[in-house]
Amino acid sequence: MAVVEVNKDNFENEVLKSDKPVIADFNAEWCGPCKVLGPILNELSDERDDIKIVSVNIDDEDELADDFDITSIPCLVVFKNGEEVNRNVGLINKDQVIGLLGGD
Amino acid sequence: MYDIIIIGAGPAGMTAAIYARRASKSVLVLEAKGYGGQIINTPDIENYPVEAHISGFDFATKVYEQAKALGAEFVFEKAVDIKAEGDERIVTTTKGSYSAKAVIIATGSENRKLGVDNEDELVGRGVSYCATCDGNFFRKKKVAVVGGGNTALEDALYLADLADTVYLIHRRDEFRGDDATVSQLKQRENVKFVYNSTVTKLNAEKRLKSIEVTDKNTGETTTIEVNGLFVAVGRIPENQNFASVVELDRSGYAVSGENCRTKTAGVFVAGDNRIKDVRQLVTATADGAVSATEAIKYIGTLS
Repeated sequence: MAVVEVNKDNFENEVLKSDKPVIADFNAEWCGPCKVLGPILNELSDERDDIKIVSVNIDDEDELADDFDITSIPCLVVFKNGEEVNRNVGLINKDQVIGLLGGD
Repeated sequence: MYDIIIIGAGPAGMTAAIYARRASKSVLVLEAKGYGGQIINTPDIENYPVEAHISGFDFATKVYEQAKALGAEFVFEKAVDIKAEGDERIVTTTKGSYSAKAVIIATGSENRKLGVDNEDELVGRGVSYCATCDGNFFRKKKVAVVGGGNTALEDALYLADLADTVYLIHRRDEFRGDDATVSQLKQRENVKFVYNSTVTKLNAEKRLKSIEVTDKNTGETTTIEVNGLFVAVGRIPENQNFASVVELDRSGYAVSGENCRTKTAGVFVAGDNRIKDVRQLVTATADGAVSATEAIKYIGTLS
């Protein structure tokens, strides 16, 4: 499944009400590490049907970034059943992204 | 067995990969995070020959594509150990192990932390090591910069244009950085200097709210309300895992001359993690070329 762009209007439906675990990727066009991480997330999203990966552009969605206390990107926030369960700031590899999902 | 394993996919490592592949050597590049290294944080490179302006991301992506097109193999695993057994050099990663005739360590450096409680938890929630990356989150807010070198001074100047107030906290009463930058900072009304002081506590409520600063001379503590803390107290070379095969100096830099050789035959170092006077993009790529050439020469001496 492709990575979905989300905004403050559909964030609740796409992320908080999702029945699958969600990785929200807070990023921006000017952020180099975000652009290296992007293709890794696209690949993971295509491989895994059991999770959902969404992208939040923090320049367009500054309210969302503020709501989640984001002050550095790339920032991946993992949600399960509407609750934040994990987050990571900075560039990581694919195995580490998968690691953020935890085991269950 | 590969001919050459390169640890680190920054400019030094990826350039080494290009040189080694052009000499028809088999190449594995091991990278802990993603390709590019530190340069991907740079918005605009203006001092690398040929292109007057290029972003660090575009630069790194071009080098990565070039190395891949030449046949370098990239695996994204963190190297944790190197062993020399006869003519075999064995690199262990968090997932497995790989062997080669020669190894080039091009791991670069990471940000030095302050070492105060909660620092790791607050990274990305107010604590940052890169003013140009994260400064935009602190428009019209109060921030502090810690450090006394050029990076700290330049960070403070950059943030002074964005933030409401910038506290520049330094453990001495004089800066190591350029006087010119110091005088520019002194002309800024929104820059406040806090001398002879260290940050001793981070106070947070979901995100950073204030910092406690201790005066080294009087022992007096002050709480300063800030939304952001920019730590610019230097960098640490990422050589810790390789101390058994590479001699390190007091600061952890790999001891090596311009030929990129180390105390272990068949193990080379390239880029910011080795002792050198000038750490620039162009000297990193130069190290890539030299280390690969030396590695190829070394492989030629093996029977």
